[in-house]
Amino acid sequence: MDRKEIIDRLKPIIKTYAPAQVKEKLEELTEDADFIQDLYINSANLVDIILDVEEEFNITIDNESMEKMLTVKASIDIIITKLSEK
Amino acid sequence: MQNRVVITGMGVVAPNGVGLKAFENAIRNGVSGIKFDQQLADLAFSCQLSGKPFLTEELIGNYFTPLQLKNFNSSGILYGIIAGVDAWQDAGLSINKAEDPLWDYGTVFGTGSSGVERFREAIYKIDELQVKRLGSTAVVQTMNSGVSAYLSGKLGLGNQVTTNSSACCTGTESLLLAYERVKAGEAEIMLAGSTTDSGPYIWGGFDAMKVCTYKHNDSPEQGSRPMSATASGFVPGSGAGAFVVESLTHALARGAKIYAEILGGNLNSGGQRGSGTMTAPNAVAVQKCITKALANAKVHAAEIDTINGHLTATMMDATEIKNWTEALQRSGKDFPYINSLKSMVGHCLSAAGSIECVAAVLQIKNSFLFPNLNIDDLHPEITNLIDEEKIPKKAISKEIDILVKASFGFGDVNACILLKKYK
Repeated sequence: MDRKEIIDRLKPIIKTYAPAQVKEKLEELTEDADFIQDLYINSANLVDIILDVEEEFNITIDNESMEKMLTVKASIDIIITKLSEK
Repeated sequence: MQNRVVITGMGVVAPNGVGLKAFENAIRNGVSGIKFDQQLADLAFSCQLSGKPFLTEELIGNYFTPLQLKNFNSSGILYGIIAGVDAWQDAGLSINKAEDPLWDYGTVFGTGSSGVERFREAIYKIDELQVKRLGSTAVVQTMNSGVSAYLSGKLGLGNQVTTNSSACCTGTESLLLAYERVKAGEAEIMLAGSTTDSGPYIWGGFDAMKVCTYKHNDSPEQGSRPMSATASGFVPGSGAGAFVVESLTHALARGAKIYAEILGGNLNSGGQRGSGTMTAPNAVAVQKCITKALANAKVHAAEIDTINGHLTATMMDATEIKNWTEALQRSGKDFPYINSLKSMVGHCLSAAGSIECVAAVLQIKNSFLFPNLNIDDLHPEITNLIDEEKIPKKAISKEIDILVKASFGFGDVNACILLKKYK
């Protein structure tokens, strides 16, 4: 799975938790985006995003990896790693 | 200086009507919200009746965002938010969109428990070693103060935000706690009210105690029979009621409509001494609660036009009437009118006091008494104490100046409030 496909599959998940003004601009989503700083996602919802990612990609994300998943880029890296371990 | 305190907005989510207009129409016409409950039957309950508010997805969508509804399973919070936001808007108040909270506006919104269905899901997940999958909202939906926390977030409240809990007194207590805070000048507006979850996991314990009726599973609308000789236990209900409680000065300054004035009241307990136990009221405490409420409100018993009773449809109804006659020193034809909303909605537990107070305030504002259903066979111990004409079978047009409402709860706790037409 390439990074483009992963980011496309992350978009609907991010859309669920992002405020309206971010939802509208989701097509422009880049890997640099920080969930809290740039996408204005409530920090409490980061755990929900990880649960949705686990379901979407059929992977399990451990506590250490979870802590790092603060940006789209870090999330993609972890998803690729977890997929390769399967 | 103590403020005079008035009610300037109300909201209600009741088994026989959601929203003030539908609810008033239902209570004037004696419309029952009690139905056969297939889920309770499937779970082999003795009582297979319940009173549950009917809500459409569309209506719910007006109060919650899709994100808030994701993994949402707390009927008590759902009812509380709808009633609370409705009361706020009914009072002509807007939803605070500013950066600062409203420092002089708060809430005391009670409940007996919160999100019991969500709690059940969480317990199953934990036992399956899936604690991580509880997500971010299990806590806020199951903490008792969830309902006041959700309301505060919705409205932007900056004064006290809390949840009270005193079993079936909760609703009436919330109104009194809000009244006291506004009277003392600690807040200009307090959103008062209470809610309860629906469903078997709330009602099962009552079914096990055999305090709910099992004799009317095939005649739901006859099931809730307060004051009847054939009353055989209560029908469990659910919903929420809410009030904007405001200082008179603040209400007049913003030109708010005024439903009624809160004159005062009393909260006490029988301490589970004397005739009181965990589940039965101490009659001395009940009477003391009523007489102290009258004294606190500076009202003479003779001035009371009508009573909104607790009257759940158990054998305690006659005891309650006896307590009223002794506390007020009024009986027979001299007794005030009395009615019980529970004949139409069942016993809404922690929401009972607030839903019933909404009905009481509507009676004061619009000069009527709602009927009692299922009283063709009044209990002889009741008719020995008070005249039958004081228990309306049909709605009556009547100017009400002063109404007294009491609620009694497990733990031997009592609440009594005096409400007056605002002039």
